[in-house]
Amino acid sequence: MTTETLTHQKESLRPRRESADSESKALFGFWIYIMSDALLFASIFATYAVLQNNTFGGPSARELFSMPFVLTETLILLVSSFTFGLASLYAHHHNSKNKVLAWLLVTFLLGVAFLAMEATEFTKLFQEGNSWQRSGFLSGFFTLVGTHGLHVTAGLIWMSGLIVQVWRRGITTTTIGKVGTLGLFWHFLDIVWIFIFTFVYLIGAI
Amino acid sequence: MLGNLTLSAIPNNPITLGASIFMAMAALSIIGALFYFKKWKWLWTEWLTSLDHKKIGVMYIILAFVMILRGFSDAVMMRLQQILSVGNSAGFLPPEHYDQIFTAHGVIMVFFVAMPLMFGLFNLVVPLQIGARDVAFPFLNSMSLWLTVAGAVLVNLSLVLGEFAATGWLAYPPLSGIVYSPGVGVDYYIWALQIAGVGSLVSGINFFVTILMMRAPGMTMMRMPVFVWTAFSSVALVIIIFPILTASLGMLSLDRLLGMHFFTAGFGGNAMMYVNLIWAWGHPEVYVLVLPAFGIFSEVVSAFSQKKLFGYTTMIYATVVITLFSFLVWAHHFFTMGAGANVNAFFGIMTMIIAIPTGVKVFNWLFTMFRGRIIFASPMLWTIGFIFTFTIGGMTGVLLSVPAADFQLHNSLFLIAHFHNTIIGGVVFGYFAGITYWFPKIFGFKLNERLGKAAFWHWIVGFFVAFVPLYILGLQGMTRRLSHIDAGTGWEPLLYVSMAGVVIIGIGVVLQVLQFIVSIRDRKKNLDTTGDPWNGRTLEWSTSSPPPFYNFAIIPTVHGRHAFWDMKYGAGEHNASHYEDIEMPKNTATGFYIAGASFLLGFGLIWHMWWLAVLSLVMILALLMMRSFDYDTEYVVTAKQIASIEGERNK
Repeated sequence: MTTETLTHQKESLRPRRESADSESKALFGFWIYIMSDALLFASIFATYAVLQNNTFGGPSARELFSMPFVLTETLILLVSSFTFGLASLYAHHHNSKNKVLAWLLVTFLLGVAFLAMEATEFTKLFQEGNSWQRSGFLSGFFTLVGTHGLHVTAGLIWMSGLIVQVWRRGITTTTIGKVGTLGLFWHFLDIVWIFIFTFVYLIGAI
Repeated sequence: MLGNLTLSAIPNNPITLGASIFMAMAALSIIGALFYFKKWKWLWTEWLTSLDHKKIGVMYIILAFVMILRGFSDAVMMRLQQILSVGNSAGFLPPEHYDQIFTAHGVIMVFFVAMPLMFGLFNLVVPLQIGARDVAFPFLNSMSLWLTVAGAVLVNLSLVLGEFAATGWLAYPPLSGIVYSPGVGVDYYIWALQIAGVGSLVSGINFFVTILMMRAPGMTMMRMPVFVWTAFSSVALVIIIFPILTASLGMLSLDRLLGMHFFTAGFGGNAMMYVNLIWAWGHPEVYVLVLPAFGIFSEVVSAFSQKKLFGYTTMIYATVVITLFSFLVWAHHFFTMGAGANVNAFFGIMTMIIAIPTGVKVFNWLFTMFRGRIIFASPMLWTIGFIFTFTIGGMTGVLLSVPAADFQLHNSLFLIAHFHNTIIGGVVFGYFAGITYWFPKIFGFKLNERLGKAAFWHWIVGFFVAFVPLYILGLQGMTRRLSHIDAGTGWEPLLYVSMAGVVIIGIGVVLQVLQFIVSIRDRKKNLDTTGDPWNGRTLEWSTSSPPPFYNFAIIPTVHGRHAFWDMKYGAGEHNASHYEDIEMPKNTATGFYIAGASFLLGFGLIWHMWWLAVLSLVMILALLMMRSFDYDTEYVVTAKQIASIEGERNK
């Protein structure tokens, strides 16, 4: 066998890339988007790191945050990631439309609970006179945590749409793909929150 | 109801008023012509709602050409002001207007000329070069285009309503903060860039996925055409850096809108953080723009030297090294910040090192020409002009990278001359070469060579006449952005020379406009019936000119670096004409509507019309949701239809 035929054979074994189906393209594209969103957070984290001691005579992180409250918030978000994981698992089973819907709904409610807690924390800070206008540190805090909150909000709006689609169309290749992409987003937000919890709250408490 | 918008927002100085009236008349005559020739439906169904990457590419380039005329008029006004405003004369532009003009010039040239030209060429060429029928996400592609257009419309609207930023093209705080820029100018700047920036980011992701997942079978990474490689590196950079731009402009707008203290002078803000962030975006952005130009030169130099490219592998490695190193040099834009000798030394040395891979490329191009039978067609002239000009620009860049020298030259006209040297010599010449080179592929006829060559000579001569004086003035101590010059400085004569250079470039621009008009008039004489006017090597030349909407009736199989060359002259097999059904994306107006709503969102935020901002945000979400609920986005082109189209072509 000549080398030429060998290379030809090798090529024919190579998957035909142009036939990459739209679900796998969407999933890969979404991974790339997640990477770039991570850099958006990285920029805000970097700014927060620079500004965190610039309290301008105002309160510092240690004086402001209540750890039990934030820990509860964190656990709620972590559990919501777990429940989303269950929804994704059931999406690959037969006849499990209702289970997928149920777990998505639980995730949705946990997400709402998380946002409600965040709103409570923000309101409390605001009422005590520690708004984002107080110091560079508080601008950084509200923006970093708020950007995450906005992402969660976007995720919830998206989830409501997904719930309707699964309910109407059932478990198809397309809806499985959509559960997968939203799942990626949701778990990503969880990871970002772990960084926020560590760098803003835990290190701030020292 | 109208927020901060009152009648006083309409400008009353004659120049702005004249420009507004001119813009309004141009828009009205286009609209009138559309009604007169009854072309609305055609425009809407064939172009505005099209998801065909080739049409989207053409629309990007039209946007760039419209905006380059405005950016160029800004340049002419700046040059005029500097020769008129000497000694006792104040010139014709009040300082606050002059400041807006140099800001708009930079913003327009980078974001609304260079970026659309680049994405336009990606759209036209990348799918054809990799043997694909479309990009990975055709709908997002259309949305990106219209978001860019929405940003451009906002910039132009600032002429008619309110003002533009008077801060310089990167809007450094605290000058761009609410205290020193209380007007709407900076807000126009922020939201135009944010909206266009989302478009660029999405487009970047789109081409990244397209190049990685949609190549024709057999086209391994090291078989991709050089232009695809440079496009790949460029969009990889876009994906990494545009979030940084979004974040920094976002924080700047939070400072302005909500009274935060990221970059303010008091309350613990840190303005240098903004400068760091914006250049962490800004420096790689330079490479985003210039790498594809390097790719174009590589294609052109090989085609018109009638040789394969010298050193393909080193070319690719040089590209990738530049891509990575572009992240390690940003602080050379502000050596004077006071970061200390060690930091400056690091960034200075990194800047010098980045000249090495660039030098590798220059030698590769030279060796490609060596002993080739060079055809001096206009794309080749642009390329040779580039090598000459860009090398000079590169050398003055290395000079500026010495921190000690930079302390002297920082913000002087020497710097201005340097970056115009690289951007005009690199990016502008490159994209002009690319447009001339690929024009017959997209439209089916070649551009007029005589006028093309004449335009080139005016551009390159005009360039040196305009910018060599600026090098000298910079060395004499003239700083950038001066709206008035003291009579005792003796700078006047050289500024006159520079003005003369701008006039010569202006003649070049007129010749280019003529080139398009004459070429369209004489198109029958210059038809490209073969689909391969330059004896090319890559896949885009294997299909007809213009290509059918599905690009390739049969997806080609690639066996080497010179896929089409092998088909023409080598062992490549000839596909039997057996057609299969293919799926193509349906046209949709959703992208257009989303961009329209984004424009309203920006407008509402600029003028503090909160109801409009909320309403348009809801509209954007609803449109996205509607698109997500639409499962019927593709249609099938049957094998029979393809056979009849191909039969027509082969007659």
